[in-house]
Amino acid sequence: MSIATFLIISIIKSIAVIGVLLTAVAYSVWLERKVSAHIQNRWGPTRVGPFGLLQPLADGAKFIFKEDLTQPHVYKPLYIAAPMIAMIFAITSISVVPFGNSIYIPETHVGHLFTIPEIDTPLEITDLNIGLLLILGVTSMGVYGVALAGWASNNKYSLLGGLRASAQMISYEVSLGLSLIPVLIKSGSFSLRTIVESQAHLHWNVWSCPVWYVPLGPIAFFTYLISAYAETNRTPFDLPEAESELVAGYHTEYSAMKFAMFFMAEYANMVTVACLATLLFFGGWLGPVFGPPILAMVLPILWFCLKVFFFMFLYVWVRWTLPRFRYDQLMAFGWKVLLPLAVANIVLTSLYVALTS
Amino acid sequence: MLHLILFLFFGLLCVAGAINLLAQSHPINSALSLIVVMGSLAAEYLLLGAEFLAAVQVIVYAGAIMVLFVITIMLLNAGAEERTKGSRVAILLGVPGAVIGAVLVVWTLLFRSNTSAVTIGALPGGPQEIARLLFHQFLLPFEITSVLILIAIMGAVVLASRPDAVAKRHHTEAPKAMPELVGAGKEH
Repeated sequence: MSIATFLIISIIKSIAVIGVLLTAVAYSVWLERKVSAHIQNRWGPTRVGPFGLLQPLADGAKFIFKEDLTQPHVYKPLYIAAPMIAMIFAITSISVVPFGNSIYIPETHVGHLFTIPEIDTPLEITDLNIGLLLILGVTSMGVYGVALAGWASNNKYSLLGGLRASAQMISYEVSLGLSLIPVLIKSGSFSLRTIVESQAHLHWNVWSCPVWYVPLGPIAFFTYLISAYAETNRTPFDLPEAESELVAGYHTEYSAMKFAMFFMAEYANMVTVACLATLLFFGGWLGPVFGPPILAMVLPILWFCLKVFFFMFLYVWVRWTLPRFRYDQLMAFGWKVLLPLAVANIVLTSLYVALTS
Repeated sequence: MLHLILFLFFGLLCVAGAINLLAQSHPINSALSLIVVMGSLAAEYLLLGAEFLAAVQVIVYAGAIMVLFVITIMLLNAGAEERTKGSRVAILLGVPGAVIGAVLVVWTLLFRSNTSAVTIGALPGGPQEIARLLFHQFLLPFEITSVLILIAIMGAVVLASRPDAVAKRHHTEAPKAMPELVGAGKEH
């Protein structure tokens, strides 16, 4: 494959993936509103389009046309940079997530004009051999968006909200990283495609589905899930956000498009967490594949999207079911329960792998 | 060729961040410059072929340690530093001294040491090799570093705790805060 072809295909893949991600972020807002409404025995958005499906477009238009105030008392460079930082690091993680096997398009001739060369690309933007570490690094850097937003707003409520949120995020990052180590012990590589392919031999019954493939897998999975809910500041750990209902929070001085960027960054982080959960514990794109080659290329993408959708639904379901933790309960839980549990899980998994191989 | 351009770019970015760290008067701007330095160091590790180290540098240094720096600066609400007479003299003497020192170090490294150029991938540095070294050959320094960090944490906890809590633990007298209660006890 020549370098020009590679470049054009990479650009097309990047644009497609980012477009799908941003659409998914917008429609996860729709999902949240509909699911929360039905849990609370009401309808949710029904007016704008069938089933309220055009509601995100209306929300986007609202955010664009709203007045974008920049208060005089804020520290302008960081005030403008903080939502950008949050958004950049939220979207970067999708670049190493694989969606399917690979696409193969044989050489086609368009009349006598030109030929589209043979295309055989894996379904991801890139496959780094440290893909998992990149996602962990990017979520670590995403804390700056919150902390700097709270600081730059020059407002004591924003500052305290931002500091609480960033302290919570860095506390749960530790158990997030540690809970993923048993998966790494079993699969032996940081590359996300290799991790999924090492689960390909399992047969998807109760005894050998990918969650059990890692010894004590459910413990690792639930530790990861709880740490990720706390990392993305979602209920039951959303005191930084809920406090904003009571007082302010780190995005109080933000209006219109800058607030929308924080909002989208939060949902993009949720999508990243869902993607990582499906890739590491539920087999990614693996599932029954049948039919002609074109179907065999598209079906893995379908299975991946269904699993990610399930995790997004789980996020919303948990949010509107459980009450939230108080801040000291939250921090105590993170350091005194989850961290020892994650470390004990690593020790037990290593013992199991060392004794059985 | 591209390798050299990228190396020079990230090297200059690192040095520019470091100089900006010293030149800024508000500590939060210095902390942000230090984050730029950590990030460009991670890029340099990547250019040397140590991708695991680059990722760990971003996760640990730029993503955790610098966050703690930034949180501390925000909590302490340190204002911009003031320029006094002493600090102006220090700048006048210190900057040329630092430049001379840097030139000496660079000259020694370039012309007096006999290291040869290294290409990407020449040194093995994947996670397996690092783990093997860390847990076989360098196990004792690893464990001692853990104990060192533990001592630092214990010292921080002791320094940050309240004086009467420390006094209670050591069974010494707490500071006399409420003389009227002491007097009431003596009257009995």
